[in-house]
Amino acid sequence: MGVSSKLGNLGIVTTTVEQAVNHARVGAMWPLLFGLACCAIEYMSSQASSYDLSRFGMELNRATPRQADLLIVSGRLTRKMAPVVRQLYDQMAEPKWVISMGDCASCGGVYNNYAIVQGVDEIIPVDVYVAGCPPRPEQLLHGILTLHEKVKGERIADWA
Amino acid sequence: MAVAEQTQSIEEQRSWEGSLDQLRGLVSERAITGETMLLNMGPHHPSTHGVLRLLLELDGEQIVSCLPDIGFLHTGIEKSLEDKSYEKALPLTDRMDYLSPMSNNMAYAAAVEKLLDLDVPERGQIIRVVCLELARCASHLVWLGTHAIDMGAMSVLLYAFRERERILGMFEMLSGQRMMSSYIRPGGVWRDVPDDFLPTIKQFLDDFPYKVDDYEALLTKNPIWKDRAQGVGVIEPDVALAYGMTGPALRGSGVNWDLRKAQPYCGYETYDFNVPLGEHGDVYDRYLIRIHEFRESMKILNQAVSRLETVKGPYRSQNHKYCPPLRSELGQSMEAVIHHFKLWTYGYDAPDEEIYSAIESPRGEIGCYIHGTGGNKPRRVHFKTPSFIHISALPVVAKGYLLADMVAIIGSVDIVLGDCDR
Repeated sequence: MGVSSKLGNLGIVTTTVEQAVNHARVGAMWPLLFGLACCAIEYMSSQASSYDLSRFGMELNRATPRQADLLIVSGRLTRKMAPVVRQLYDQMAEPKWVISMGDCASCGGVYNNYAIVQGVDEIIPVDVYVAGCPPRPEQLLHGILTLHEKVKGERIADWA
Repeated sequence: MAVAEQTQSIEEQRSWEGSLDQLRGLVSERAITGETMLLNMGPHHPSTHGVLRLLLELDGEQIVSCLPDIGFLHTGIEKSLEDKSYEKALPLTDRMDYLSPMSNNMAYAAAVEKLLDLDVPERGQIIRVVCLELARCASHLVWLGTHAIDMGAMSVLLYAFRERERILGMFEMLSGQRMMSSYIRPGGVWRDVPDDFLPTIKQFLDDFPYKVDDYEALLTKNPIWKDRAQGVGVIEPDVALAYGMTGPALRGSGVNWDLRKAQPYCGYETYDFNVPLGEHGDVYDRYLIRIHEFRESMKILNQAVSRLETVKGPYRSQNHKYCPPLRSELGQSMEAVIHHFKLWTYGYDAPDEEIYSAIESPRGEIGCYIHGTGGNKPRRVHFKTPSFIHISALPVVAKGYLLADMVAIIGSVDIVLGDCDR
């Protein structure tokens, strides 16, 4: 946070509101418990034993969008599912972020056909795209850390 | 491929409000009058194992009727397969049942081999058996973790995924990909097993039985687990047969039907293993069967690994009309270059015939129907998938049980929506 012990032993910490809030937002970003297809299984892997998302304050998946900060669109988005995802996104409270996990969510992937929405960014704004089919858990973690960097840099003026 | 014009915008679709009249005939008259309650479960629900939507009619907490609504993951895979040559279609089959991509590869490869009358060398068959049984374990591990989490036992998932990571590590060793491996191909497998594969799998086979004991220690005699599972979601054998259920869901009802025994493929008839059967057909029996299948898979794997050490030779068919030659041959043989070029540009022609072949996936019978055209692309590819059938039986199975039992039943028949919707 940049509030190292510059002040010696005075027992006072100074920071900016911006930094403090962003620190809190990054430290406990609760994802929505939501999966679409294959990528959801790798998302589960990244939450389970070996990769352990709780290291990033993300172990708590919320099943309701009202309590979630982060929507990880994990998998191919079909035309039938698109209104549901849009509704989930709308129901999430600000501030909210979206990670598009995998090729299908990012650009339609291998499915250029009648059934698949060619990228989730056609219906909701996306902060970070993670490539891969499906991405390894390490790739997802990289995406999440990238998002953290982005959130840390957000200015007061941009806060919703 | 041209993408069809979307008829309704997102906003229009969302503002649509259906009336109860449209449900007349699907739910009972009591729901229309408001005597019973209609409850929507899914498509976004943690316990529907993906994007299944169920419209439940409840009398108090009791399920009066249940209407599954599928298609939220319809990907058009079968249609896409019609536009690809036989070899290039393979990666799409991975993504149907994404918990056991190897089984899908195998179902497709077996069908293409039957269409082309292509034989597979013995070593290729053994590697396939290793992959299929590892895939069975990996799939059952996901089932175990998610099923337990649905029923309130949170920690099992962490144990199950610990072992699953090791299996995925082995898949990565074989194919370079953790999940979507496309490793089993028509004519054999993509390449031979690497040198460090055998020590790794032996280590795994030494450890895994004890891990299964751990899972059993957590669940099998756990009184809460037994209360939630025993006597719940009973599937009568005749219902299971009438709906065409297969796999552990059928064997849980005591029907002895396993394609590995009934219609052996990949040389399964030469392996010594048992098919576990249930008695009551309830959630608990289906749980026990999958736990026993871990042990039976270990038996098969032990035999297959010892064969892998002794049986040498080619791992894919030497018929270079259908299977690519080794890369090392390309520098020496003009013939090999021609075959390589032809295979990766045009593919190969398959006869104008229709065939069906089926294998036993972790979920049940996954069958592949291919209708060739005589050219390099199929006229129609269809997959008969177990999840679709199990979902169609849900209304019968769930009737009369409590709402909380619904998640146990969905978990116990082990559906994957990618497998169902394709």
